[in-house]
Amino acid sequence: MSDANPFPPSSLRTPKRASKWGDRVFIVLTGVGAALVILSLVAFVVVLYVGAEASVKQFGLAFLTNRVWLPASENPNIPGNIHGVVPFAIGTLLTSAIALLIAIPLSLGAAIFLTQQAPQRLRAPVGQLIELLAAIPSIIYGFWGLIVLVPIMRYDIEPNLKSWLGWTGWFGGTPTGLDVLTASVILAVMVIPTITAISRDTIAAVPVSQKEAALSLGATDWEVTRRAVLPYARAGVLAGIVLGLGRALGETMAVTLVIGNENASPTSLLSHGQTIASLLANQFAESSGPLETSAMIEAGLILLVITLVINVGARLVLSRLQTGRGVGQE
Amino acid sequence: MILDRHHRRQLFSHSMTVLSGLAIVVIMVPLIAVIYEAVVLGSPAFSFIFFTQRPALGCAPISGITCSLGGVSPAIQGTFVLLGLASLIAVPIGVGAAIFVVEFGGPIARVISTTADVLSGVPSILAGVFIYTILLQYDRALVFSYGSASLALGVLMIPIVVRTTEEALRTVPNSVREAALALGIARWKTGIRIVLVTALPGVVTGVLLAVARAAGEAAPLLFTLGNSCFHPFEGITQEGCALPLWIFQGATAPYQNWYTLAWGAALLLIVIILVISLTSRVVLNRLVRRMGGQ
Repeated sequence: MSDANPFPPSSLRTPKRASKWGDRVFIVLTGVGAALVILSLVAFVVVLYVGAEASVKQFGLAFLTNRVWLPASENPNIPGNIHGVVPFAIGTLLTSAIALLIAIPLSLGAAIFLTQQAPQRLRAPVGQLIELLAAIPSIIYGFWGLIVLVPIMRYDIEPNLKSWLGWTGWFGGTPTGLDVLTASVILAVMVIPTITAISRDTIAAVPVSQKEAALSLGATDWEVTRRAVLPYARAGVLAGIVLGLGRALGETMAVTLVIGNENASPTSLLSHGQTIASLLANQFAESSGPLETSAMIEAGLILLVITLVINVGARLVLSRLQTGRGVGQE
Repeated sequence: MILDRHHRRQLFSHSMTVLSGLAIVVIMVPLIAVIYEAVVLGSPAFSFIFFTQRPALGCAPISGITCSLGGVSPAIQGTFVLLGLASLIAVPIGVGAAIFVVEFGGPIARVISTTADVLSGVPSILAGVFIYTILLQYDRALVFSYGSASLALGVLMIPIVVRTTEEALRTVPNSVREAALALGIARWKTGIRIVLVTALPGVVTGVLLAVARAAGEAAPLLFTLGNSCFHPFEGITQEGCALPLWIFQGATAPYQNWYTLAWGAALLLIVIILVISLTSRVVLNRLVRRMGGQ
């Protein structure tokens, strides 16, 4: 049998073995990359937790309810080393909520216009211009906010808001421009591209038949959008909004430059404030001691957990949407 | 004027169209305003000196004294050093992970791409806190250094590289892989010399997008890079500077000349990011053409 074989086993085996080894090395090397991706997320949570441990031990659950942030002080008459996250949690949630309030109607309007009404020739370039907005660094928006937006808010917008809406109690205090409202406006500018891009993509994916059916029933353009297109794209638009929220919660440099940086809960939209991210940006490098550093890391950990939950939620909605659509088409 | 029901509906529809068109205009205002300010306030700083010298000493605007400007060469050097080092960290890891996800598949692959998605939503300032906290345990001297800051930027770049590389690899039709395997080509050769090379423009686009994002990040540098905006690059274990960090410093300092330099840095940064984004778009178009205009 071996006499009849034109290919001696050695000539067959050598390349085969080499490729087997090559394959092993290939899977191990790419696997290491893959493992590092997972490891970096796990390490993120673990490292921040370890860093926050001193603060967790010291303050316990009171960290989540304490409204005071007092670093260690030299003077024995002044209490020190009390740390609570409440002022920054309020600052973070309030600025993000107002930012969404401003951004959602504008982004939806833009997405609807870009997909439904705009001339075909304009759609791609305008869409790309809006994506360009997302590429400008946060620090530049902050710098622009500081020298252009802050004076406008201080002298033109906030005094008027105060006289018209002062009775609501949301606009107390002296307008300074360096406040929660200005930070929210800057945040809105920064999340609009995110929400617009995702909404535009999901709205553009609505089947034409859906629109034609509504049109054939005599609906006007707006009724088609309102009753046939938007309900179909609802989940995708929602995911876009949630991703925008995730971005707003963690946005740092722009907020830091315009929010006024005061470690207390804001008393109105016109008062100074601080978000978790801006607290870290301002004071992490100059903390009064290990306990304050640890407390700031705990605040960062809370921010991490909130953004992780929000992102996982939004991605789940988006991926379910995509697979759902895939099944529908096949 | 009283309108019948039909005209009322039409009128409402038209006004909604106008409103949504207005939304586009409102959105464009800040974009145009930011770029306008950067050009107007930043271009006076541009000169040969801007690219070659360190910043002049801070100088308050007092009448009768003209402040000399200097340049931001340490920040420019620093930005390129950081982007290079961060890419060295992020590209092999990100591309490796993406190849693993696409070529080997399975439930673990799904976990990895979801993890990358989630990582891309982590606030960038936390990457700085993360690396700072690790290095503080390991070696205090390295906490503020180019190496430390590159790690923080690398962590932020990895998920972007993974996601875009993954998408690029998926555009390569399965029939190509099957054809290669049927010819007896080893899996690793198929993966690298056929699939990866075919998808290369897409991979390059992903890397460029990640670099463009990292170029503008200031937050993760705040407690990893230190502050050495007056000294040229001396080594990756030394403190450093970067364009976004200099912008922050100039924006918050009371000096007229630093402020002008900060706007110059902002304009330069916008130009760098625009060039990277446009390049990535050109490269991506090549991929689309290679894949037969899908």
